[in-house]
Amino acid sequence: MWFRYSASHVRDPLKEAEEDLELFRKRMLSPPMEGAAGPTGTWRIMKPVIHEDKCVKCGMCWLYCPENVVSWEPGRVPSIDMTYCKGCGVCASVCPRKAIEMVVEEV
Amino acid sequence: MGLHRKVLIGNFAVAEAVKLARVDVVAAYPITPQTLIVERIADMVERGELKAKYIRVESEHSALAAVYGAALGGARVFTATSSHGLLYMYEVVWWAAYSKAPIVMGLVTRVIGPPWNIHSDHHDILSVRDSGWIVAMAENVQEAFDLTIQAFRIAEDKRVLQPMMVGLDAFTLSHTAEPLDVPDQSDVDAFLPPREPLPFVMDPAKPFAMGNLGPDEWTMELRWTVWRSLERAKHVIKEVDREYAKKVNGREYGGLVERYRLDDAKYVAITWGAWSGDAKEAVDKLRDEGVPIGLLRIRFARPFPREELLEVASGAKAIVVVDRAVSMGLDGVFSTEVRSVLSGRVPVKSVVAGIGGVDTSYRDFVNIFKRFVDEYEKGETQEWIVPEWYMPWFKG
Ligand code: SF4
Ligand code: SF4
Repeated sequence: MWFRYSASHVRDPLKEAEEDLELFRKRMLSPPMEGAAGPTGTWRIMKPVIHEDKCVKCGMCWLYCPENVVSWEPGRVPSIDMTYCKGCGVCASVCPRKAIEMVVEEV
Repeated sequence: MGLHRKVLIGNFAVAEAVKLARVDVVAAYPITPQTLIVERIADMVERGELKAKYIRVESEHSALAAVYGAALGGARVFTATSSHGLLYMYEVVWWAAYSKAPIVMGLVTRVIGPPWNIHSDHHDILSVRDSGWIVAMAENVQEAFDLTIQAFRIAEDKRVLQPMMVGLDAFTLSHTAEPLDVPDQSDVDAFLPPREPLPFVMDPAKPFAMGNLGPDEWTMELRWTVWRSLERAKHVIKEVDREYAKKVNGREYGGLVERYRLDDAKYVAITWGAWSGDAKEAVDKLRDEGVPIGLLRIRFARPFPREELLEVASGAKAIVVVDRAVSMGLDGVFSTEVRSVLSGRVPVKSVVAGIGGVDTSYRDFVNIFKRFVDEYEKGETQEWIVPEWYMPWFKG
């Protein structure tokens, strides 16, 4: 809980450096993984709703989503992973058919 | 150990050191008085004397960002700048330190405007003191050269892994030719092996994100690792100083500080940078007159020589710090630091001089030191907490 470290506290510099580097890498580097930044869906105050009737399956929302939470394959209507969708509205903004509506999130 | 005597200006000496260090990547943007360093390096690359990638960029921000990226890719890197250039880099300065990227930067200290002024004071280099960079400053051309080679060893050492800045005063060193002992490439190679890929290497084949969003506690833990590295760096700096003397050119500087005539000193003056040479002459003059004064020359502002200062102060009656940088609203920069370490153990007088590059000769140091000793002996130290601005030409 209380930590103090100065040049005169150094006992085993290499070992202490190894410990620091291990902690540094653990806290600093993250491999590609689902939800690396936590459940970003909790940030949402508006949620995107896709109106399938208007959607032309072009994939623009998939391309632009900054959280990479839109799943889409050519010829299919996309779907959105609401665990991580942060509600930014980029998808709605880029959709050429205005097929995505941003709706106030109900709690 | 083979040494070759040359006569070089400070900027060319730094370029020569960078060549001998076999850097892989250099990126820089020209700014007086630093430009000659990177111009000379560009020449070396062009002529094939240095096998490095030289990246031309459109600004200092990009220059530091480019070498930062290259350092994270595992390369040995160098950049150089001055004054406004450093301020323009400022965002990346902190990113580099917090990423433990072992970058080496040459910093030719120059006044920050306005008004436009290309001469030397120390506000630019000291603006990075809280960031996690190792910050050193040379007294002469030889030391600027030696520190530049040593900087790669210190920054890249596993126990440290922090970027390092080597400061040299505008014109007094950057454009002044002095005799210089240049070592053989083989001696430098033996002293400075190729860089280890630490703390990590960015590799597109094994992708990961760096510095991703996380809990606030993680940030604090990361800063703690930087804190510890800077403290360990004190040992590494001394070790590198000794080893460089042994393997490369016989000169040992004393680690974080240089002690000049301090053994029996009752009065201690503290300076850093090129004008320390003038301060030493003033010390000699006062010694000739029987005043027991010595000089503690700070070589490394970060990590700060806390332990050395405490030791030197333990035998001192009074200390004077002559600063070429002011923390507006408080004190001279080094005065604040000296006072903070000493916590009232020894009376400290703070003098601000040479701001804006105002020429400060050994005679000025004689004036400053004599007044300091005189005030102490008369017991007139009540106002020492407020820095005294030394402007002999100014009528107020
Ligand atoms: S609202 Fe933002 S995060 Fe959610 S799906 Fe659309 S673009 Fe992606
Ligand atoms: S951008 Fe709009 S039209 Fe295109 S796939 Fe997404 S929702 Fe459908």
